[in-house]
Amino acid sequence: MKAPAFNYARASSVQEAIDLLSRHGDRAKVLSGGQSLMPALNLRLLAPEWLIDIGPIADLRRISVENGLLTIGASTRHADLQRSPDIAAHAPLLKDAIAHVAHPAIRNRGTIGGSLAHADPASELPACMVALDATVIVQGPDGERRIPAADFFVGIYETQLLPDELLVAIEVPKRTDGARHFFREYARRSGDYAMAGLAAEAEIDGDMFASLRLSFFAVDERPILAKASRHLIGRPVTEVMLAEACGALGDELAPQDDHQATIGMRHYLARQLLIACVVSLLGRSDLGARVVA
Amino acid sequence: MIAPVPITLIVNQERIEAMVPPRLNLADFLRDHLSLTGTHVGCEHGVCGACTVRVNGDIVRSCLMLAIQAENATVETIEGLSDSGEIADLQMAFHQRNALQCGFCTPAMLMAAQDLLLINSEPSRDQIREHLSGNYCRCTGYHAIVDAIESTVRARLERAE
Amino acid sequence: MMPGMEGAGLSSLDRPNSYIGKVVPRPNMARLLEGRGQYVSDVALPRMVHAVFVRSPHAHARIASIDVSVAKAMPGVIAVMAGAELANVVSPWVGVLSHLKGLKSAPQHAIAVDRACWQGEAVAVVLAISRVLAEDAAEHVAVEYEPLPAVINTRTALDPATPVIHPELGDNLAFERKIDAGAVAAAFERSDKIVDVEFVFGRHTGVTLEPRSIVADWNAGDRRMTVYLGNQAPHMVQNIVAKHLDLEESQVRVLCKDVGGSFGLKVHIYADEMAVCGLSKLLRRPVKFVADRVESFNTDIHARDHICRGRIGVSHDGTINVFEIDDLTGVGPYSMYPRTSAVEANQVIILIGGPYTTPNYKGRTRVVFQNKNVMSQYRGVGHPIACSITEGLVDLAAQAIGMDPVEIRRRNLVRDDAYPCDSPTGLKFESLSHHASLDKLVAMMRYGDLRAEQTQLRKEGIYRGIGIASFIEVTNPGAAFYGVGGARISSQDGVAVRLDAAGAVICQTSVTEQGQGSESMTAQIVASAIGVSMEKVRVILGDTDNTPYGGGTWASRGTGIAGEAALQAAKVLRGNILATAAAILQGKPDDFDIIDGMIVDAHGQQRIELNELARIAYFRPDTLPPGFQPELMATRHYVPRQYPFAFTNGVQASWLEVDVITGKVKLLKHWVVEDCGTIINPQLVDEQIRGGVVQGLGAALFEHCIYDESGQLTNANMADYLVPMAAEMPDIEVGHQVSPTLETELGAKGAGEAGAAGAAACVSNAVNDALSPFGVTITEIPLTPKLILTALGRI
Repeated sequence: MKAPAFNYARASSVQEAIDLLSRHGDRAKVLSGGQSLMPALNLRLLAPEWLIDIGPIADLRRISVENGLLTIGASTRHADLQRSPDIAAHAPLLKDAIAHVAHPAIRNRGTIGGSLAHADPASELPACMVALDATVIVQGPDGERRIPAADFFVGIYETQLLPDELLVAIEVPKRTDGARHFFREYARRSGDYAMAGLAAEAEIDGDMFASLRLSFFAVDERPILAKASRHLIGRPVTEVMLAEACGALGDELAPQDDHQATIGMRHYLARQLLIACVVSLLGRSDLGARVVA
Repeated sequence: MIAPVPITLIVNQERIEAMVPPRLNLADFLRDHLSLTGTHVGCEHGVCGACTVRVNGDIVRSCLMLAIQAENATVETIEGLSDSGEIADLQMAFHQRNALQCGFCTPAMLMAAQDLLLINSEPSRDQIREHLSGNYCRCTGYHAIVDAIESTVRARLERAE
Repeated sequence: MMPGMEGAGLSSLDRPNSYIGKVVPRPNMARLLEGRGQYVSDVALPRMVHAVFVRSPHAHARIASIDVSVAKAMPGVIAVMAGAELANVVSPWVGVLSHLKGLKSAPQHAIAVDRACWQGEAVAVVLAISRVLAEDAAEHVAVEYEPLPAVINTRTALDPATPVIHPELGDNLAFERKIDAGAVAAAFERSDKIVDVEFVFGRHTGVTLEPRSIVADWNAGDRRMTVYLGNQAPHMVQNIVAKHLDLEESQVRVLCKDVGGSFGLKVHIYADEMAVCGLSKLLRRPVKFVADRVESFNTDIHARDHICRGRIGVSHDGTINVFEIDDLTGVGPYSMYPRTSAVEANQVIILIGGPYTTPNYKGRTRVVFQNKNVMSQYRGVGHPIACSITEGLVDLAAQAIGMDPVEIRRRNLVRDDAYPCDSPTGLKFESLSHHASLDKLVAMMRYGDLRAEQTQLRKEGIYRGIGIASFIEVTNPGAAFYGVGGARISSQDGVAVRLDAAGAVICQTSVTEQGQGSESMTAQIVASAIGVSMEKVRVILGDTDNTPYGGGTWASRGTGIAGEAALQAAKVLRGNILATAAAILQGKPDDFDIIDGMIVDAHGQQRIELNELARIAYFRPDTLPPGFQPELMATRHYVPRQYPFAFTNGVQASWLEVDVITGKVKLLKHWVVEDCGTIINPQLVDEQIRGGVVQGLGAALFEHCIYDESGQLTNANMADYLVPMAAEMPDIEVGHQVSPTLETELGAKGAGEAGAAGAAACVSNAVNDALSPFGVTITEIPLTPKLILTALGRI
């Protein structure tokens, strides 16, 4: 099928984009890389009156590091993230995650801002932002808002972004020495949406977690920063602790049923991800085999 | 009716000026407006990979890009890559190895293969398979395609020595 | 030397410069490699309009009203039409054949009239100057539906409480067949172990990368219809279009140029394609329809979808005593026309147990109507199901008596020296090679080493499995397939060859090319038989105006049937050329040979080039002896008569790993040994095998048309319907045995479906092998993580 008719406006600056959004409100859709929007248009699942193309806004495609603070412009493509030495150094979790996002041709168009604003619950980057404790920066007619990633995602395809606001950048805080990360997802085929996934950032102190941010995706309406991590922090992890964490995880997730996985299967897979994460980050292969989850 | 919009771009080294409806995607623009029918349309929702072309040097799905978004861009299709000779060795390897049957996926498969070889001069079979994992082929079962790309890798490495 | 070619020592197909058995790159591939093919989706004609169908969102509904007024007034719209209006131009059909006894179906229209019987059936059509404008208008065709109770569940389709889809047929049973051979009850009685399981096969579909596409061009001036169609059987299409549009066959020309994948999906002609032909006649201008991917999923034929209870009885010594099956399949609301929707079930019931010696077999298959998309023949037709059931039962029997899967096969496969022989279901086997093939497979895969590796890895918590599946394949079908049932689908093929005036060879064949290599195969045979290089042979196919009459490319018949016709035609032309040479050179035909386009004498002396011979024959016949007329064109037709089918055989193996944490199956390697008789081009055969295997692997692990309880196909897009992609597929090693059919001089049998026949069976067996430490047996495909984790009791 072909997309339904729409008007097209090219924004050459953030201000112009916001002006256009203010004028057209929810009758408009922002076109960034288009890798989620275009399929929806071509399937005639959406029929916006206006597309506002933010592609020409050069300022939005950048990666910078100042004082350890990593700033990523919203129009930065997946492929840019994948190749960036700054990303590899300051947010290696993202580099790992990008490899799981669809396929090369998609990654050459898809943008981080588009992915976050689209807020697909099975998508990798929103979960990474939550794990990284990133801040989402949006601009609207009344100026800038800075929203913690953990609060930004509200539901399926739902964020705190208002119809006249534009997601302009993401800030990722400075990474401490000794920080470690884990990324894994279970998908049917390479590049498919995950049935369940986990993006995690940790600080490790000897044989203990000093901190642990577990961001699960595809197991709820939005990425979930699991509080189950509290069972695992500050003490050497034991089988009992891990089993407790697995048990606690179930109360935090509200997965949905679909073709690939049932609700119960998603809970199960989330537990397996948690175990794999702890085993991997602590190098404790002894834990994995023993914990029945 | 929404009025067509002017665009200017380079397609296969040729400067193109055209009027396009905003909703026209790049695949349809190439096929229906420029008669470059080597770019194939298999699903129109960005999954099958048959419409892969190069825009500003990067492979993209042309069904997931508006023609308007190609304003000032450089677009290369299978016709362009064939005429320039850039992938002549890959095409020869595909032919020799019978790495195509119906040929419908082939232009895009060649695009994806060349993309890989430009960024990785010595990919493993697994890396080849991974890089092609967004390009659907119903005929070959992929084995022959992987073989053909592998043999091109070897030939290019030998030539580089 | 081939039988019958003894005449001149130099002229046999296996002489040094023959192309038979050689890897020769397919001719004319640059076209496709450079994006210069011409697929139907590329065809654009003057005044062409685009058709977009409005399709029923309901599985079963009465069409109360259709209001086309808004749509008709929209920009670019030429016409909007519902089924009743089109029925004046395209007559309805009933998809039955007399040899499938008892098969019934109801009249089907090109566009539904009064009632839609599956989600996706066309109820109206919009014609506009562009596809996109037609789509815009289609959204404004207002159809009022009154939903009717839908028959969705195959298992309950025959229950008295279930509504009957076509009341005039009395019930929802489309077809039933029973077989009872040997002494089944006694065989079970003497068995030491009996395995009794239910197999479930998901519904899946062909997913050709180029969707179905058609351009129909009714030229009112010369009163002819030209149909550009990606199809495997142009003459069948010619017949059907003529018949239902009230035309003479001579008024219909069908052109099948480049086709973006077919696999049986495009051996049919679909209701919407018939509508397009009718619309062209009504509008007196070309009409184009290219299926959108979503409507492809909803309207391209589906296949498989069988539920089959299977039993096997085995003795402790490994003797398989008996097979028994009770098979049930749902095929949608209509039997497909003209090939019907009973063939898959019919193949299942006749092929069960085919590789094995036991004479005891009892089977029943029932085909029921449902309100889902129509099912019909797709690559492998019944073979994958019969093979999965047979080989699944054999493995379970082996497990029950503690015998190695290879060993139980060695003890029960029909001996290689036992041919010719018949199966319990009456299949006639001319010459098969089950044991030699199995031996070769075991060697290729290093079976013993793999078993040792498997044992070792299990200790480390890694669960790998080996699955083996022997199979037989129906190829080279004669009239028994369709002709005897009254279908005007030719089982014979024709090939015409001629020497042109410049000494090149032009060959017209009734088979088609969809990438298998029909063109290469034909050119290799013709070039070898005449004695010219392949570059000198041009093959014309896919055009009913310009090829002999014949069946086309399906059911693994192209090489075995049209290849033989090509050989015989080329031999006649060769003889005629030699006669002409003898006339020119004043000798006897037997004194000469043709080598690489040159007439040579008995001493190997080069005498005259073919272009010179052609020059004399065409432009200076005055110089030839009085009364001698060169005949530089020859036509031959061929159909097998001695055997209804040329059976082939083979065996496949899968080596895979099951992640028992995630339920994911990783395919590590796949092997095939098959026997298609004489091989014309080993590379083409290998690639047919590999492609078929991967379609079978897709069925085993991924592909599934998932309907909900209301009859909605819930995954009709390429993101949710999972096809096999490069990253998940294994390397596939192919080996061959060669048991030529003696019915033809060429000795070739088919190879197009062997890969699909056995691949899924191997994977199922390998998964069960991998999971044997857990005491788990799964007899359902696709083998999804969900299914595996459930079986393991983890979720």
